[in-house]
Amino acid sequence: MKTLNEIIEYCKVQSFDLKFTRANDWKSEKEGRVLVGYMPIYFPREIIHAAGAMPVGIFGGGDRKQIIKGDAYYQSYICHIPRSIIELALDKHLDHLDGFIFPSICDVIRNLSGIFKQQKIGKFVKYMDFPQNFLPEIGGVFYQQEMEHVLRYIKAINHVEVTTEALNHSISLYNKNRKMIADIYDIRQERPWCLTGEELYYIVRAGTVIPVEEHNAMLEIVCALIKENKGIPQDKIKVVISGAFCEQPAIGLIKAIEEAGCYVVDDDYMLGSRMILGDIQDTSAKPLEAIANAYIKQSQYSSSIYDVDNPKEYRLAKIVEQRGANGVIFASASFCDPSLLDAPIFQNAFNRLGIRYISFQFSENINQYKVIKEQVGAFSDSIKLWEDEPMPILQK
Amino acid sequence: MSQEAQKERSMILQKEMIDGLFNDLANAKENGKKVCYTFIPGNLSELIRTFDLLPVYPEINALQSAMRKKSASYIKEAERNAHSEDVCTYVKCDVGMMMKGNIGPTGLKIPEPDILLLSYTGCFTFLKWFETLKREYPKAKVIMVHTPYQENAEMTPEMTQYMVKQFKEEVIPQMEAVSGVKYDEEKLKRHLVLAKEAQDWITKIFDTTKHVPSPIDAYFAGVYYIGPINIGFRGTQEAVDYYKELYKEIQERIRLGLGPITPEGEMKEEKYRLVVEGPPNWTSFREFWKLFYDMGAVIVASSYTKVGGVYDNGWRHDATRPLESLAEYCMNCYTNLNIPQRIDLLAKSITDYKADGYITNSIKSCNSFSAGQLPMMRAIEDRLEVPVGFIESDLVDPRYFSYSNIKNRLESYFQMLEQTKTIKKTEAAV
Repeated sequence: MKTLNEIIEYCKVQSFDLKFTRANDWKSEKEGRVLVGYMPIYFPREIIHAAGAMPVGIFGGGDRKQIIKGDAYYQSYICHIPRSIIELALDKHLDHLDGFIFPSICDVIRNLSGIFKQQKIGKFVKYMDFPQNFLPEIGGVFYQQEMEHVLRYIKAINHVEVTTEALNHSISLYNKNRKMIADIYDIRQERPWCLTGEELYYIVRAGTVIPVEEHNAMLEIVCALIKENKGIPQDKIKVVISGAFCEQPAIGLIKAIEEAGCYVVDDDYMLGSRMILGDIQDTSAKPLEAIANAYIKQSQYSSSIYDVDNPKEYRLAKIVEQRGANGVIFASASFCDPSLLDAPIFQNAFNRLGIRYISFQFSENINQYKVIKEQVGAFSDSIKLWEDEPMPILQK
Repeated sequence: MSQEAQKERSMILQKEMIDGLFNDLANAKENGKKVCYTFIPGNLSELIRTFDLLPVYPEINALQSAMRKKSASYIKEAERNAHSEDVCTYVKCDVGMMMKGNIGPTGLKIPEPDILLLSYTGCFTFLKWFETLKREYPKAKVIMVHTPYQENAEMTPEMTQYMVKQFKEEVIPQMEAVSGVKYDEEKLKRHLVLAKEAQDWITKIFDTTKHVPSPIDAYFAGVYYIGPINIGFRGTQEAVDYYKELYKEIQERIRLGLGPITPEGEMKEEKYRLVVEGPPNWTSFREFWKLFYDMGAVIVASSYTKVGGVYDNGWRHDATRPLESLAEYCMNCYTNLNIPQRIDLLAKSITDYKADGYITNSIKSCNSFSAGQLPMMRAIEDRLEVPVGFIESDLVDPRYFSYSNIKNRLESYFQMLEQTKTIKKTEAAV
């Protein structure tokens, strides 16, 4: 793959390949390889890679999977992603995966881990309890124990003893991956027309289901090509999307936002791939400690992390300021507790700070975007009409 | 005559305890008492008492507001301020109550918190709830206690140590700083001894449903019985006295062969014995209960009464390991159990208490309970071959209590139970 179009087309296919063909192929290439599925939001994929396994992101069925059995597992007032994940499992899409990791996002994903256990899906099921204590000697130690637990599960399958060197190597690969994704976002901040939001989404999401080495190679090409590509700017406002960090909006919705007059200069769609800000130390004699410390000290804000003395509303406001965005679109999955419970916090703060926003809810399988498109269009138009207003000055 | 006097005594005892707490809260600032908001699951009552703090339980305020028909206006107030229709109604009720002056269910003002003790146990919403309150009460100190989830159906030494470290290095020093009271481990131990005693008694009380007819309803009446042990009195002599008294009254009912007491008097005939999963609806609590006792259905065990602690399997606070014991208590609350553990616990209740059926009350705004209830129900049906039923309502939002829908479903369910009983009788006779 040499051209941007070729890479985008490849990523488009991989992103929504609900049979996880590339991962399955990788596994079958060599005896003893292990696939570990992980749910949103974030998981330190480095440790799976270091154990000779491949992490595979499971972000639901989106609008590509009809839900039949999944609805029998969840009441109507529970978000959509768990029912599409269980549907994928029951329809044998996940049969090649050896284990499953459910990061601590919310009560629904937590209890989904129990359903996987009860249904005996996979060789192991691990609910990954991320620390809500942010002292390295307390929460950090606990987090390391959680990671060690995952490594024991993988070792029981492939008998691979993870070394410090392997962990540091994996950390460096994912550092590179995050760095290049961050570069793409930075380039798009200045010239968002060089890559559409839809294309960016494919490129980032594909990285969750293909080997990191392959993804890095593609990202290098993308970075080089979009630096060259001049493109033609359109009369659109710049927005930041917030709230869609777990259940993913359908591609149609991502496109609708852009078509309604917005350049999305930052988002939290695939937050896990960008969770750690900056590099994790890759020369440490204690790499698990390095990963834990990075989580504690370098994480992006998230609705699933208790924000203690670092309030999320000011962190999002800072992103808006740094990206030069004109406003924020709060896009929450229907019935998403973490996102919806954060809404008053964000909105009250943004009212005070004078940051313009709109909000709506979506479901991964909706395919009617007319109302949302009109709402976003009106938002875009209203900002263009008052575009001379200065951006607010951020103050706590 | 003596039976009525005994019955009144436990109720009076509980009323005195709760009134006393709310009076203390109303006068907290004048009396220089510090106030600690916290949650029922994983409530650290013994530790709160060790620091002479007064507890406030926002969920209790919410459910009491619902029973007094005040929750609808509080929820609307919160929704006017960007709170979604689709999130926990306890949170919205609490926020709305605060916006309207924070007048508690007894009509007395609830003081602002000095501490928000975030016992993050089994419910993710708690975390979001206190993030919200922190912004409303910026002077309050938030103390986070992260309770690891029993994802692998166990409490490992690492999990316990993680919590103990939090207690030693974060929780206790911060409680000392805010309360001005030095940590006294001997005092904590004394509370833990009394906590264990109360836990022994309440276990015996809920175990009385083994009798036929059951002398108590372990869900609708059970929510009253768990009051003292959950809302700050665990670890006190008052709670022990209350449970001793209650146990004595129940023993008398057993001796007389009486069934549970309902709001309309004694239940005359026990036709069906049920185990219930999920919290009750509070906005129409009486009507909800009546749907059951009118049909002769008594609840012999419920998951909801274990939300503030699971004692069935013998776990107790242990004064010889005070902080470890607090950690284990938090980890052992019902919603901190994984789905297979919940299934096992409920299945054991159905067997131990000879239940005829199992019913789920699925709460719209409580994913901690609701997510997973449907496969749990099927697993129990497959394992025990008992008739299972499913109804839906909400905690404190009256918009989601549909009397006729629930009644229809329950009537069909009771018909199914009746049919099952008939078949079993016929089979036994053959």
